[in-house]
Amino acid sequence: MFAEFTEALFSIFFVETLINGLLLGGVLALLSLGLNLIFGVIDVVWICYAEIIMLGMYTIYFLHVDGGMPLIAAVACGVGVTACLGWLTHRLVIGYLLQAAPINQLLATGGLLFFFQGAAMVAFGVEFRSLGVSLGSLALSEDIYLSWTRLLSFTIAAGVVVVLYQFLARSYLGAAIRAISQDREIMILMGVDTKKLYLLTSAIGGGLAGLAAALLALQYDVHPFIGLSFGPITFMICVMGGLGNMVGGFLAAFVFSELITIGGYFAELEWGYVMAFVFFIASMFVRPEGLFARKS
Amino acid sequence: MLTLRNINAGYGDFQALFDVSLDVNAGEAVAVIGPNGAGKSTLMRVISGMIPATAGQIEMEGASVLDAPAHDIVGMGIAHAPENRRLFPRMTVEDNLRMGCFMPQFRDRFEERKDFVYDLFPRMLERRNQMAGTLSGGEQQMCAIGRALMSDPKILLMDEPSAGLAPVIVQQVFSLIERIRGEGLTVLIVEQNVRQVLRIVDRAYVLESGSLRLEGTSDELLQSPEIQKAFMGM
Repeated sequence: MFAEFTEALFSIFFVETLINGLLLGGVLALLSLGLNLIFGVIDVVWICYAEIIMLGMYTIYFLHVDGGMPLIAAVACGVGVTACLGWLTHRLVIGYLLQAAPINQLLATGGLLFFFQGAAMVAFGVEFRSLGVSLGSLALSEDIYLSWTRLLSFTIAAGVVVVLYQFLARSYLGAAIRAISQDREIMILMGVDTKKLYLLTSAIGGGLAGLAAALLALQYDVHPFIGLSFGPITFMICVMGGLGNMVGGFLAAFVFSELITIGGYFAELEWGYVMAFVFFIASMFVRPEGLFARKS
Repeated sequence: MLTLRNINAGYGDFQALFDVSLDVNAGEAVAVIGPNGAGKSTLMRVISGMIPATAGQIEMEGASVLDAPAHDIVGMGIAHAPENRRLFPRMTVEDNLRMGCFMPQFRDRFEERKDFVYDLFPRMLERRNQMAGTLSGGEQQMCAIGRALMSDPKILLMDEPSAGLAPVIVQQVFSLIERIRGEGLTVLIVEQNVRQVLRIVDRAYVLESGSLRLEGTSDELLQSPEIQKAFMGM
């Protein structure tokens, strides 16, 4: 048993597993980024975030497959649509609930989840739809194959993370977004229109959902309930990283993805998820504020 | 320059200011003094739009402050270094200063204003890449005043700049304020440190339970038996 284990550990396939975990982590990091950004600035958790991604996937699917639009253009439109959805979510729902009890905010965005899901089911039906894009795989050696889709997803996710980081670190708006999460009340004294900043952040968060949608649509079929399959992971990553802490969320994404793929390597893929969730629950006992949360 | 007429304000059902009127002329330094809970900070917050006035008028160089959106008030030349400094603790000193320059019309002058602040407070230059939350109390006060100065304001509101600082540092903060005055800036300052603040301002108002009780030049107030009894323990 032990010999088998060590053999497995030093096997070439384990390296492949680690790399795949890394690639998955990039996508998970992108998924959690938008949610974290919104929470950090507005202090409201968008339970419906994964459903906005789902709608982004549908947009890309219909424009590309039914509309015959080039994939890149369809993705650009998808990002535009989800950015508008993010903007509208704040404009029509969250904006009125900023002073409300947190439970009511959660219920409202939870309601939006079912609204988006139901609307997608009525409008698009329940069948699984595939973009039908296959990029093949890259052979690193005779034994190691990496799917181009995953490599591309990782590269785009990493690129977005870098661009967003630069935006937050260097621009005035980025500085305001960091500042507002540290002291909301005095933003007025800096001449910041918090309402506008909230709308902008919601639109950026929505746009990030659109990008995540593009990466997921390359790997998974679209259906009205797809949000449920990665929504919970996204939330757990954000919580484990310390809600609103984007660097923490980024690191947590890789911890999660490695746990999932390594668990999947030693057993079934489902066990990988079980392992990741058990680790999450255990980590909540040890550090309820999040593994990578700042000491306050 | 800044005129308040019959201002009422409060929080919810609690009224904190009753019929407050005061003037600050260009180039002047004016203090508002009074005991804890007199409404001094509320007064500052009303001027800079952090809380609404329920009645009255505020004018800055003839333009109505209360009619402007709260986030435009700093654009009218009114900068506010708030109570407890309120820096962004997990941002560097320089990023804090950058926030003081946030409004689009100020951004072009960021470098110039930053140099001005570093000139005034060389310590801030040394600390510019340090997180504001890790600064000492006196340094945080410099940073807060520096941030307010970034917009090149016409009038600087300072709310208890000496609060929570060691006596030696309090001295330094007051000499900093004198230097800022030397730059020709108009200053409205709220302080509990009555004796010291009266030495650096031209005039002062005494606020008690939300109403103005007294006003006069610093010398008059320093001599006033009422002030001596109430604030200086004589």
